[in-house]
Amino acid sequence: MDKLKSMKLLMAGLIFYVVVQVLSAVGVLNGYFMVIINRSLIGVMFAVSLNLINGITGQFSLGHMGFAAVGAYTSGSITTLIFKLSPRHPEDAVVFVVAIIAGGIAAAVAGFLIGFPSLRLKGDYLAIVTLGFGEIIRTILNNIAWVGGPRGLLGIPKFSTFTVIFVFTMATIILIRNLVQSSIGRSMLSIRENELASELVGVDTTKYKVLGFVVGAFFAGMGGGLLAHLLQIAHPTQYGFYASALILIMVYVGGIGSLTGSIIAAFSLTFLTEGLRVGIDWLRDTAGVPIGTEWTMVIYALLLILIMLFKTEGLLGMREASILIIKEKQG
Amino acid sequence: MKKSYLVALGLVAGAALSFVGCDKNKNVVVGGVAPLTGEAATFGASTKNGYDLAVSEWNAKGGVLGKQVQLVFADDKGDPAEGATVFTKLIEQDKACAILGTVMSKVSLAGAPICQSAKIPMIATASTNPKVTGVGNFVFRACFIDPFQGTVGAKFAFDDLKAKKAACLFDVGNDYTKGLSEFFKAKFTALGGEVVGFEGHATGTSDFKAQLTKVLAAKPDVLYVSDYYSDVAIIAKQARELGFKGPLVGGDGWDSPKLTEIAGPAIEGCFFTNHYAKEDKSPIVQEFVGKYTAKYKAAPDALAALAYDATNIMLDAISRAGSTDGAAIQGALVKTDLKVVTGQVKFDGERNPVKSAVIIELKGGQQVYKTTVAP
Repeated sequence: MDKLKSMKLLMAGLIFYVVVQVLSAVGVLNGYFMVIINRSLIGVMFAVSLNLINGITGQFSLGHMGFAAVGAYTSGSITTLIFKLSPRHPEDAVVFVVAIIAGGIAAAVAGFLIGFPSLRLKGDYLAIVTLGFGEIIRTILNNIAWVGGPRGLLGIPKFSTFTVIFVFTMATIILIRNLVQSSIGRSMLSIRENELASELVGVDTTKYKVLGFVVGAFFAGMGGGLLAHLLQIAHPTQYGFYASALILIMVYVGGIGSLTGSIIAAFSLTFLTEGLRVGIDWLRDTAGVPIGTEWTMVIYALLLILIMLFKTEGLLGMREASILIIKEKQG
Repeated sequence: MKKSYLVALGLVAGAALSFVGCDKNKNVVVGGVAPLTGEAATFGASTKNGYDLAVSEWNAKGGVLGKQVQLVFADDKGDPAEGATVFTKLIEQDKACAILGTVMSKVSLAGAPICQSAKIPMIATASTNPKVTGVGNFVFRACFIDPFQGTVGAKFAFDDLKAKKAACLFDVGNDYTKGLSEFFKAKFTALGGEVVGFEGHATGTSDFKAQLTKVLAAKPDVLYVSDYYSDVAIIAKQARELGFKGPLVGGDGWDSPKLTEIAGPAIEGCFFTNHYAKEDKSPIVQEFVGKYTAKYKAAPDALAALAYDATNIMLDAISRAGSTDGAAIQGALVKTDLKVVTGQVKFDGERNPVKSAVIIELKGGQQVYKTTVAP
């Protein structure tokens, strides 16, 4: 049964991959769609990993993009440094994958460090600490000259293709799903539900809270690395509070604690932003409605408010799609 | 459960439906990018006005290549990821044959590789980072770069203000101000002057007294402040409070009526380098200022002038190329020799414009055109 479920998830992913590749090859999906899909996939990595910290473990992180920044700069520095030294060769792909994973590990170390305050702090207070962490990362990056300082890290080679991003995203979804539905994940969930009670029944709350941050940061770091190699630039302002808040919105719109929700929200919100852009242009240019480009953000915000008003628990609440559940629920 | 899926599916489907493009073959489609929202929103608004004004003028004259010019505008929000998305959209979805923009260097740097690989020429309007045009031969810019402005500022301070000792103050979190100060220092030292103080301050601070006390202790003749106007106003006030009598010199970040409003007498007799002066008596400048003011009820700033120029340079190149083929336009752009608002523009080997800068003096609360300095 378990194996069958995993197979189903892989199959669903594979179908998505093949459909996108075919549509792209025949020209239905142009480069614009591919950018949106790539950004959605990276958004999935950010949202799912933040969901592990905020939704599953019940902590509150406002500095998630800080981890992404660590990953982006670490992997970006590695690839720019190596490809400055030597021209392109076939082993590039290996270097790239190693660099992305190294970025994830560096972010995990940062997650380990930020995990400690979470042992003493809860709720709003923890939010402030993580917010501060994100800003500290941004300020540090602004002041390190050899990663470009305020100019940003430039000249990062373009490695992130749809295939690469897809593989990393699938890995993120599968690994986090497996973690959540293992005994470790159950312990994390118990901390969210009642920390004191879970400690009383013998759950090592310290360990699992820090682990939540470490694993969440690891995947966010890899997402950051992929984003940097997609845009060919990493800039401190990309990883500020606003960017972290956007990921937080994805998690809440999708449903806190629901990985399926995070995946759907990452896709819907990324497509919604672009759809509004095109839709408003169409309204103005073709339908003749006098509406300015700047209204996209107003409508976007209004839609978010409406979603949260009518679906207070997010689109999916705490439910999961059946292919993301390993074991059937009892009773 | 089912309902939630439907809501999500509806969102995606609705978004996807709106992508169905319309027929744009009748027009010459040019993409325009600027940040209409986010930290640089005011820059974006005047940039968009600049594009629109130039395009409407061309269309009134009959367009280009016998077709009307259609400007498809996109907001980049001042974010590299958004920038990469809208550059791709304009090229792939709207089939733009050329791109104008964008303002911020970090966004242009994310867009430039996309233009380069699609072989679509772009002219960044106000991206001063030298690396932008380094991306490839399809990437041009309309503004001068940081080294140039810092160099001109140093030349002016040394030659015209007869300063022997200068001090620099800049924002450590901003590449633009840091770059200007670094190049000012290099040129001023090369000319035989001495930079007696070189201090950075944190972004968003409003107390500069610690840094000012330090740099003013060495008694500089000139204080080079490469910050944006909001910081400059406070720095000027605090420098005067600390007894500094000499002139402050800065870059185009000073270009705002707010500067004299906030700083008042503290900024009197100070100078900054800019792309153009509204008071410049040459007919092309006066014509632009007149048209812009009539249309938008506001005086055009340098961002608007640069956007206007970028549009004119691009459309001029398209009409000389005689086609909307990217490579043909690129070939015509390289040979540009056009008189525009911010000067006579030719491109150098790095596709940066070779043109002069103007020095503006702040006198009686007004910006007064002082002189034009060639590089």
